[in-house]
Amino acid sequence: MCSGGKLGKRWIRLIDTTLRDGMHAVKHKFTVEQMIKIAGALEDANVGTIEVSHGDGLGGSSINYGFAAASDKDYLESVASTLSKSKLAVLLLPGIGTVEDLKIAVNAGAKVARIATHVTEADISEEHIIYCKEMGLETIGVLMMTHTVGPEKIVEQVKLMESYGADMVYLMDSAGAMIPKNVEERILALKNELSIPVGFHAHNNLGLAIGNSLKAAEVGAVSLDGTLRGLGAGAGNAQEEVLVAVLDKAGYKTGVDLYKIMDAAELLDSIVTRLPKIDNTSLLLGYAGVYSSFLLHTFRAAEKFNLDPRDIIIEVGRREAVGGQEDWIIEVAAEMAAKKSGGK
Amino acid sequence: MEKVSIAIVGPGNIGTDLMYKILKRSKYMYIRRVIGIFPPSQSEGLRIAQQEGIDIAWNGIKGVEEIADEIDIIFEATTAKAHLQNAPAYKKMGLVAIDLTPAAVGPYIVPAVNIEEHLDKNNVNMVTCGGQATVPIVYAVNRVSRVKYAEIISSIASKSAGPGTRKNIDEFTQTTAKALEKVGGAKKGKAIIILNPAEPPIIMQNTIHCIVEDISKKEEILQSIYDMVKTIQQYVPGYALKVSPVVFEDENRVTVIIRVIGEGDYLPTYAGNLDIMTAAAAATGERFAEKILKEKGVLETEVLAKLR
Repeated sequence: MCSGGKLGKRWIRLIDTTLRDGMHAVKHKFTVEQMIKIAGALEDANVGTIEVSHGDGLGGSSINYGFAAASDKDYLESVASTLSKSKLAVLLLPGIGTVEDLKIAVNAGAKVARIATHVTEADISEEHIIYCKEMGLETIGVLMMTHTVGPEKIVEQVKLMESYGADMVYLMDSAGAMIPKNVEERILALKNELSIPVGFHAHNNLGLAIGNSLKAAEVGAVSLDGTLRGLGAGAGNAQEEVLVAVLDKAGYKTGVDLYKIMDAAELLDSIVTRLPKIDNTSLLLGYAGVYSSFLLHTFRAAEKFNLDPRDIIIEVGRREAVGGQEDWIIEVAAEMAAKKSGGK
Repeated sequence: MEKVSIAIVGPGNIGTDLMYKILKRSKYMYIRRVIGIFPPSQSEGLRIAQQEGIDIAWNGIKGVEEIADEIDIIFEATTAKAHLQNAPAYKKMGLVAIDLTPAAVGPYIVPAVNIEEHLDKNNVNMVTCGGQATVPIVYAVNRVSRVKYAEIISSIASKSAGPGTRKNIDEFTQTTAKALEKVGGAKKGKAIIILNPAEPPIIMQNTIHCIVEDISKKEEILQSIYDMVKTIQQYVPGYALKVSPVVFEDENRVTVIIRVIGEGDYLPTYAGNLDIMTAAAAATGERFAEKILKEKGVLETEVLAKLR
């Protein structure tokens, strides 16, 4: 499937999500000025689509997920005014954000909207996908935690999003739990049964973000997500400057300037002090299949209740928490602490 | 004893569960009729009502008109769209409408908090399942120390979220947030809903975060929460604290985690979200019925009769 020849290089679109998934790694505290700088560097490197939102999407600023340093409106308007050719994208999770939040994004200048649901719940995205299409946005349906179900279920759910009008669909490995074979099965099923273009979003909890992204491209994905230095939830995302280099070597064209995306990554180094890495807890996220953004919340709960964060991750995984259920971390930690102090 | 006659419109999951609650436990209400729009062959709810010996009809609003003189209260368990259409007709017929849809023609009712304020209304709305589960806790905190910000997260089993909820999920978050402010008393409210497909299905769970003006009153706040939980348990027996409330003193925050196990009247027990709606609606109907009986002089007579 892969066309490696110099002349027939296949195009892979890159969506940068440093300013959205990367928000998890900075506890949603990028300032407007920092966002403007980073977005400028990304545009300079010729990244075509730049996603800006709270880590949990528009309207995500909350106690449950962490308050952002600025409002959605301020972030979006500021970044939109600095971009001249790159398109501004937003993420929205129905149940957290609403059409009202999308209105703010449209007025601020967003051109692309990604509407994301848990992999089995695509039918809660209908009103949001329809609204974005009506507003003339490129609308991408996103399924999260796609490691939890098989290819048939994914095909069924993608069909729903397609029927609401989605232009493209993205599979997210939100827990960084997949190995390349899992990626291949899921994307191939979509390529075989549907005509809608497919994208893939990786997490690096098992050290496979680049490998899985490459596999996705090989089996037919036309769009991939990356973040500078891999900044993102859990152990981070596919490291964008690495992805650009790897895709080039593998015979794909991204249009992104390698040196300039490396410069952008260096700019990020000057802004972010703690970059995500595969520590023991984030490794366990991938191993147990737990939503990546639970990581920092788990550290906080472990500290408050004096517990081993690994125990919390394993128990949250056992209860099959889905994205957005950060509140379960407090509950699990409180129960474990009560059990510990109360003996049997 | 004489009872108040009521009718239920919309024999779906909610309407049928409500029917059982009234049938099994109501002191003051008698189900005169259950009304749908499809014949019993296509409606499990109507078949069940028929088996229970309840009069049924499947001619929509006409089925209400036919018995309007005999009933005082109508429960609407259809859709927001249907209730917006039906509400003026119910008013003309002189009925009290208890609205379980998101239409919200009348004021929000949370029985543990504000039912006495609205007994003079002819149309009241039951908010959302998340609202019924969380607004009373915010109210309980707010009566001790002003709640500056209330945020709730309702987790429900995917299987218990019907097509109506799924199509209009924004209605849930927006209506619940509004009720946190209007009924709960929070200066600002935010609501989040999460559908979880785990098998076996998860029990409905709600996390309520309140940022208060004065966290030094934490003992009184906790006592107020415990009192409120007891009040709610009177009409929702499966309502309970999942863990003890957690106080984050450095953030002026109290976090309360509630689970709601349904009574399993018609719906499965994990669907506490649907149970708390029908239980709250039944409790509201019961209070209205009590008032109507008093106005008719029935209740006083009974009491007097007992005294003699």
